[in-house]
Amino acid sequence: MPCKILEKERLIPGQTSKLVIDAPHIAKKAQPGNFVILRVCEKGERIPLTIADADPERGTITIVYLVMGKSTALLETLDAGDSILDLCGPLGKPTHIEKAGTVICVGGGTGIAAMHHIAKGHHKAGNHVVAVIGARSKDLLLFYDELSSFCPEVLVSTDDGSFGHKGLVTDLLRQRLETDKTVSEVVAVGPVPMMAAVAKTTEPFGVKTTVSLNSIMVDGIGMCGACRVSVGGETRFACVDGPEFDGHKVDFNELRQRLAAFKPQEKASYDHHCKCTCAGEK
Amino acid sequence: MTATAERKPAGGRKIAPRVDMPCQPAGERIRNFEEVALGYTQQMATEEARRCLQCKNPKCVKGCPVEVPIRDFIGQLAKGDLEGAYRTIKSTNSLPGVCGRVCPQENQCEGACVLNAKGQPVAIGRLERYVADTYMALDACDHLAARLTCPAVDPELRVACIGSGPASLTVAGYLSARGIKVTVFEALHEVGGVLVYGIPEFRLPKSAIVEKEVQALRTQEVDFVTNWVGGRTFSIDDLFAEGYRAVFIGVGAGLPRFLGVPGENLTGVFSANEYLTRVNLGRAYAFPDYDTPVYQGRNVTVYGGGNVAMDAARTALRLGAESVRIVYRRTRDELPARHEELEHAEEEGVILELLANPVAFHGDEMGRLTGVTLQRMQLGEPDASGRRSPVPVEGDTYELPTDLAVIAVGTRPNPILLEATPQLKLSRRGYIEVNEETGETSIPNVFAGGDIVTGAATVILAMGAGRRAAKEIRRRLKGGE
Ligand SMILES: Cc1cc2nc3c(=O)[nH]c(=O)nc-3n(C[C@H](O)[C@H](O)[C@H](O)COP(=O)(O)OP(=O)(O)OC[C@H]3O[C@@H](n4cnc5c(N)ncnc54)[C@H](O)[C@@H]3O)c2cc1C
Ligand SMILES: Cc1cc2nc3c(=O)[nH]c(=O)nc-3n(C[C@H](O)[C@H](O)[C@H](O)COP(=O)(O)OP(=O)(O)OC[C@H]3O[C@@H](n4cnc5c(N)ncnc54)[C@H](O)[C@@H]3O)c2cc1C
Ligand code: SF4
Ligand code: SF4
Ligand code: FES
Repeated sequence: MPCKILEKERLIPGQTSKLVIDAPHIAKKAQPGNFVILRVCEKGERIPLTIADADPERGTITIVYLVMGKSTALLETLDAGDSILDLCGPLGKPTHIEKAGTVICVGGGTGIAAMHHIAKGHHKAGNHVVAVIGARSKDLLLFYDELSSFCPEVLVSTDDGSFGHKGLVTDLLRQRLETDKTVSEVVAVGPVPMMAAVAKTTEPFGVKTTVSLNSIMVDGIGMCGACRVSVGGETRFACVDGPEFDGHKVDFNELRQRLAAFKPQEKASYDHHCKCTCAGEK
Repeated sequence: MTATAERKPAGGRKIAPRVDMPCQPAGERIRNFEEVALGYTQQMATEEARRCLQCKNPKCVKGCPVEVPIRDFIGQLAKGDLEGAYRTIKSTNSLPGVCGRVCPQENQCEGACVLNAKGQPVAIGRLERYVADTYMALDACDHLAARLTCPAVDPELRVACIGSGPASLTVAGYLSARGIKVTVFEALHEVGGVLVYGIPEFRLPKSAIVEKEVQALRTQEVDFVTNWVGGRTFSIDDLFAEGYRAVFIGVGAGLPRFLGVPGENLTGVFSANEYLTRVNLGRAYAFPDYDTPVYQGRNVTVYGGGNVAMDAARTALRLGAESVRIVYRRTRDELPARHEELEHAEEEGVILELLANPVAFHGDEMGRLTGVTLQRMQLGEPDASGRRSPVPVEGDTYELPTDLAVIAVGTRPNPILLEATPQLKLSRRGYIEVNEETGETSIPNVFAGGDIVTGAATVILAMGAGRRAAKEIRRRLKGGE
């Protein structure tokens, strides 16, 4: 059943957009940490995207994506009023949320949007949520206002110093952990190198660290093993056992290598798309 | 014409040999994804149908899990009554075009046929396929006409099926033909289960066969809802709350097993499910026109010996591999794949690497697969079940270069629905426990069948289970016999 896009907001033109999609059946069940798998068109690939927000009353879910290759470029051609051919979810295990005190939620790049839903869940559970977000520069920073609306603290870092701390999110995280002993958990969502760095930063402090892994997926319901990751030496399927795992146990190097599995084909597909972006095919 | 075919049976009558089915030549077919076996012509079908002895007590039927009235349909076919033959088959089998192609007939109907004693059973599967294909090719109105014999569907009598593999499709076919409204919920974006994501196009054409069978169910007012995941998008309790009177679970056993050897997560090592799903469901053979990519292997190794391994190996050949080896722990005699698939695979150039077992995969500094270490095996003493199990030959290992490894060593139950439904009683192996006669689970009015009950088995066994459950559901909803 195709699902209609109700709103589209170009957060970073040509790069990142936010879609609000009419999907009451998913909105009703979506919890922080869940994702959807979607297919833009008949010939499209199934791709996973995190549910950045859900409104069960209105019957909508929100997704935020970064244009990476062919499928996300195709998604970017859609506008409010268009429909997404297949939308399946909510998938994955929801974030484990309990009242625990202070929780630091770290987000990088598009991961900030995904992290936002988790942060909201922790906030609703009564935790003191510290959001730590980073981007290359001020205009690439996502969800600052949304996070500020409920997080008592939003700490920002940019690579070029155009906003907040000049440097990395892990600098802010380390400073906080050094001075604040009440932190019960750190959650990180973002690019693999960032999540790996967060896990490394928190390790000496012995603070529980949860990362949301974005391995390549096909079905998203546990039937293919494409999404497998090594956690504490065991093979786990990110789509059904995760996507969130203990950051101190994840083999990030393997994840990085597995994410590159289809690089040449992805490029071929993207070039093919650019060569013949015929609106009729979408 | 083999020697056995010339021998005279007890009755003194000579048995003509089985009529061969024409195939695409091996050299040609490894360059395309079109169907390998081309099916009988009318003349061939008639000739083969006439070989049937029309036994008083047909043994063949006992070999068919859904009890197709084999003798009767073959008799009708021999007389040229195609329509009658189709109706006869359809009276117990809702997917004849599929079964005629993929049933392991040698262990089922044809294995039980009296003529099998002479090694020349009636080619029941090929005839079933012929009838289904020929009938399907007729005008659509003819299909609709068949509906007039079915009672009108009662919108109040609602049954839900979870998963859309052959087990659920059988439930849907049986119940909808008896006036019960069926809705099938499928997690993926296409309907058919393994028939669409697993078994390749060259063995079971998707749009020509599977879609047609599904379309026939649609004309019986079966609703299909895709992208709907039991245990995530909805729960079994939700279904009852929405007014469904019974639920059938047919979610299959698709969670792939891995070997648990070092190097298994290197890029280039795939489960057969991932490899085949990319190619079949994602149509990766038409990449980049279709967006789903697949790994291009030069020296491909496939691990396992069943139909799944054969399908993966033959798919790799068609995608342009230079060499494809099936690595199997036992000997050729123990290979569990259908005979026809094994023969076709060998004709196409698949190499059997027998009595070998992988012990480690190796990769380069980028984490890409480059080779495998294999352990030489030998067959040991027969175990309790009488099977000779493979044992390693001490110290005898060797290396093979490989850049694409496909693991086809079996599956486990699909987890999502089971985890979300803790009341469902499971067996020790993690499959759903059911009452053998009715198919009912530990939850009243919730039934289950197919691979999620038995573990990975066959299309026809899944259909048999669906049929059993459907009979009981009908009895409960409508009473009587
Ligand atoms: C559970 C989950 C949640 C996700 N949530 C989001 C989200 O909310 N927003 C968002 O923008 N992206 C998200 N992703 C990543 C997103 O799925 C990929 O960016 C997308 O599949 C790329 O598809 P493409 O065809 O546009 O690019 P492709 O051409 O397929 O890939 C381009 C490059 O992206 C990388 N890549 C491929 N697949 C993935 C992947 N699954 N994850 C990360 N990188 C990948 C590869 O290195 C590749 O070279 C999520 C992934 C997972 C597994
Ligand atoms: C490659 C391959 C080749 C094979 N070849 C043969 C052959 O030649 N002959 C033969 O007889 N058998 C063959 N088999 C085995 C046969 O296909 C299976 O035994 C049969 O399909 C099982 O049917 P099923 O109805 O139990 O489930 P499946 O066909 O497995 O279908 C289950 C369906 O349920 C869906 N599902 C799973 N979880 C959920 C959920 N939570 N909610 C909604 N839907 C869900 C799945 O997506 C799937 O579509 C083969 C299998 C494979 C993989
Ligand atoms: S359904 Fe399968 S087992 Fe039964 S008669 Fe047909 S081919 Fe044989
Ligand atoms: S057992 Fe063989 S010969 Fe006898 S009726 Fe069945 S198919 Fe015909
Ligand atoms: S995506 Fe297929 S098992 Fe996780």
